[in-house]
Amino acid sequence: MSFLEYNVKFTPTGWRKILYLNWPLIVLLIAVAGVGFLMLTSVAGGRIGRWAEPQLERFALGFVLMLIVAMVPIWFWRNVSALAFGLSILLLLFVEFFGTVGMGAQRWIDLGFMRLQPSELTKITLVMVLAAYYDWLDVGKKSRLLYVLIPLVVIAIPVALTLRQPDLGTALLLLIGGGAVMFLAGVHWAYFAGVIAAGVGAVFAVFTSRGTDWQLLQDYQYRRIDTFLNPSNDPLGAGYHITQSQIALGSGGWTGRGFMEGTQSRLNFLPEKHTDFIFTTLAEEFGFVGASSLLVLYLLILVFCISIALSLRDRFAALLVMGIAVAFFLYFAVNMAMVMGLAPVVGVPLPLVSYGGSAMLVLMVAFGLVQSAHVHRPR
Amino acid sequence: MKRTTKDTEGSHRQFGRRSLFVGGLFLATGAVLSARMRYLQVERADDFRLLAEENRINIRLLPPARGLIFDRGGVLLAANEQNYRVTLVREDAGDVDAVLAELGRIVTLDLVALERARAEIARRPPFVPVTIADRLSWAEISAIAVNAPALPGITPEVGLSRIYPMGADLAHVVGYVGPVSDYYLEQTGDTDPVLQIPDFQVGRYNIEARMEGVLRGQAGTKRVEVNAGGRVMRELTRDPPNPGDDLQLTIDAGLQNYVEARLSGESAGAVVMDCENGEILALGSTPTFDPNLFVRGISTAAWNSLNNDRYRPLANKATQGTYPPGSTYKMIVALAALEAGVITPEETVFCPGHMDVGDRRFHCWSRGGHGRVNLVESISQSCDVYFYELAQRVGIEAMSAMAKRLGCGVRHDLPLSGIAEGLAPTMQWKMQNRGAGWVVGDSLNASIGQGFVLTSPLHLAVMTARLATGREIVPTIIRSINGINQLPDPAPDLGLAPQHLDLVQRGMWQVNNDRRGTAYSSRVEVADYAIAGKTGTSQVRNITAAERASGVIANADLPWERRDHALYVGYAPYDKPRYACSVIVEHGGGGAAVAAPIARDILLRAQLGEVPSPALYPANQRRDIERMHRELPILRSPPVPTGRTVRSQA
Repeated sequence: MSFLEYNVKFTPTGWRKILYLNWPLIVLLIAVAGVGFLMLTSVAGGRIGRWAEPQLERFALGFVLMLIVAMVPIWFWRNVSALAFGLSILLLLFVEFFGTVGMGAQRWIDLGFMRLQPSELTKITLVMVLAAYYDWLDVGKKSRLLYVLIPLVVIAIPVALTLRQPDLGTALLLLIGGGAVMFLAGVHWAYFAGVIAAGVGAVFAVFTSRGTDWQLLQDYQYRRIDTFLNPSNDPLGAGYHITQSQIALGSGGWTGRGFMEGTQSRLNFLPEKHTDFIFTTLAEEFGFVGASSLLVLYLLILVFCISIALSLRDRFAALLVMGIAVAFFLYFAVNMAMVMGLAPVVGVPLPLVSYGGSAMLVLMVAFGLVQSAHVHRPR
Repeated sequence: MKRTTKDTEGSHRQFGRRSLFVGGLFLATGAVLSARMRYLQVERADDFRLLAEENRINIRLLPPARGLIFDRGGVLLAANEQNYRVTLVREDAGDVDAVLAELGRIVTLDLVALERARAEIARRPPFVPVTIADRLSWAEISAIAVNAPALPGITPEVGLSRIYPMGADLAHVVGYVGPVSDYYLEQTGDTDPVLQIPDFQVGRYNIEARMEGVLRGQAGTKRVEVNAGGRVMRELTRDPPNPGDDLQLTIDAGLQNYVEARLSGESAGAVVMDCENGEILALGSTPTFDPNLFVRGISTAAWNSLNNDRYRPLANKATQGTYPPGSTYKMIVALAALEAGVITPEETVFCPGHMDVGDRRFHCWSRGGHGRVNLVESISQSCDVYFYELAQRVGIEAMSAMAKRLGCGVRHDLPLSGIAEGLAPTMQWKMQNRGAGWVVGDSLNASIGQGFVLTSPLHLAVMTARLATGREIVPTIIRSINGINQLPDPAPDLGLAPQHLDLVQRGMWQVNNDRRGTAYSSRVEVADYAIAGKTGTSQVRNITAAERASGVIANADLPWERRDHALYVGYAPYDKPRYACSVIVEHGGGGAAVAAPIARDILLRAQLGEVPSPALYPANQRRDIERMHRELPILRSPPVPTGRTVRSQA
């Protein structure tokens, strides 16, 4: 379907669009971001200016961007999808050659007021371009080999570039996010079965190749896998992050130790306490109740996204919303699994809570797209 | 929906199905995460809470103050001195070199220590204080405090370190403390956590070492909260340390000082005991050393000079050194013979200057002989031939049994590092240790305190005290611990016949007070302070027959280490014995000429409680005595008792 076929008669116009936004979703986003400000204040030892305030400013900027994106009709976004994707690939190439490296991974471009990570941007633009692709593609051809290979190539380009950074976490997220859009678009399930089988084979190959001259991963990546599989082997070395974050989580108990009373984060035992490991501080200070509340908020956001997607008739919009939901899900699920010792330590922030500009702005823009799809849905 | 073809409808339904499938995966993952959260936070909460506490809380030990050591009058013998030092915290200092340079302008810094401190600063985390200079004077620490604004990161601190106010005088009694070495830990098997405190010191020698358990005290603890970098954030609780118990010794610091001074210049040992209860009042050993050197960490040069000194300043000659007692052993032989009934007081022995036993000739020290002597005369004139006769009559077993009864050849248990057992030989001993049978000549040698017999000044002092009182006096040096009396019960009677003891005592009185007595020149003119004693001169070499024929070489002509030991034992006052004393001057020459005058001065000093007046001495000696006392390196103002004494009195 294309926008020309829409019955646009009932689509709201002008400022009236604001009334048609999905406000419960916005309230949920504000609630999650509020948890983030609270925790950033706590890990800074009560100082708001350290992390919470810059984060609040970015959230405000992101909120405005979200509204702007929401005001623009969804068909405009479909038309610029390829452009946006191309732009993010160019940025990835740019950082490949001119970017700044921090903490061994995650290359960025310094924009002055924030550091832009093109890999974060790519997570959304990849979903956009794939949604646009399946919108364009004749439904009958979606499972043909040639038309399956095209999106695979599209996914492979950013995956390869992020792997080179090297950022295994983002690469995996891009791969899974892209694959999810293909799955939602209705590509035959046999392809996925094949990929999963191949994945198992690849894992086997990765482990077999270790120590040989055709070793597939970097040594540090193997060490991370080792650490993940058995963190207690090296509690002060490579397993330190995992051990300390589990101690923090576990010591929270049912209701936690109280706001700013978490000793693990306050005394710096937690690594990256304001970014990737912020969930441990929440779990330590507010316990099982606090941590599962955040999980419920996240799941509610997904529920709203799915319900929006199901109400849409436009193929691009529906795939985009679901793709964004999957990307968002991957953010928090991987992050939580990581700090709870269920996944290896990969650099994935807790969405809307972790300190960091790129992920925050990209996610807000993404929710702007969701809102745009919701506002401009057929009635 | 204009184009509602079957195709697009089906596609939309498929999207819906797959969306719900994905949504199901979301929920399933959420459930897994929630279950994991519950497992960690609810089921294993206690484990992790404990781990978090272990992470956060560090227990720091607080060193206990070491117990003080006082003399019998309350004079401090070992104290804890406030030790001023300055530390530097790198992160507060900024430019470390500039700060150290500035500090160097205010106080003189030891260059070696400074280099060590620099290395330490570079090695440790930036917030850890590193000691830059130790043992600063109050003036220096004040100067640093005044200049504090120019010295960022520099903090004056105060700690406790051991000090021995009497210095070298009591090195051989109190001993010293030193750092905890690996060797120490291995030797003692001591696992007290307090030993892990940096710069903690433990007793290494004498009372400091042997009474370590009493003096050390117990470490306190403070629980502090630390962050991941180890920086102390705040103190949570504090359990103050238990200071060690104070010791009061039986030593009289003033007398000890006099004894050390009187022995100085000789390689000698002396013991002064209270005859009535065995309290050791002074335990002299010269040359000595300053125990404070060891507390500060003695330099290799100083250690080598002490260790290689031929006069052995590190050895405690009073308790550790064993010497043939010479004629001071004769009272034992006399008592053994009397108790065995093999001689009567009146019976005389003719001394021609020698005695032939078998094919050997045993000489008396008097080449011309003493003529006919009875028991009292034989003691006062120290006739060797008389005791050769007794030895043959009573035998070695009875002599050595009496020696042990009188405290020789047994180990006296004092809390000092070196206590010699000495030797009162028996036939069995010789067979076991020398692989030869006892011959009568061995008995003759033993009867004049030569041959195998070995005693320390402590043995001889105990023997003298027992002879003077007839009771089984046991030496003791700890008077009280934290004010609780440690003195032993009154000593039981030895069970020797009073008339026998009286004979020996009369002999000893004549030694000092009879014109023919060997120590007559060392008499005291005032009867109230009269001394009874016995001289001894023990050979450390064999005099060959050829040498005897050509004339025995005078001591002064021999190298030092081949000269005779000079000995004297005595007690005073004669009629009411209170102080027993023994003196040995290594290779000093004759006991009468060298040891007896020293013992007389010491016994007078003990009785008077002050430097004895020349009036107590024979008129012809007074001028020399006065000059000697003027030149003696004694404390002119006696040591001042501290306020802490009251508590220590039993």
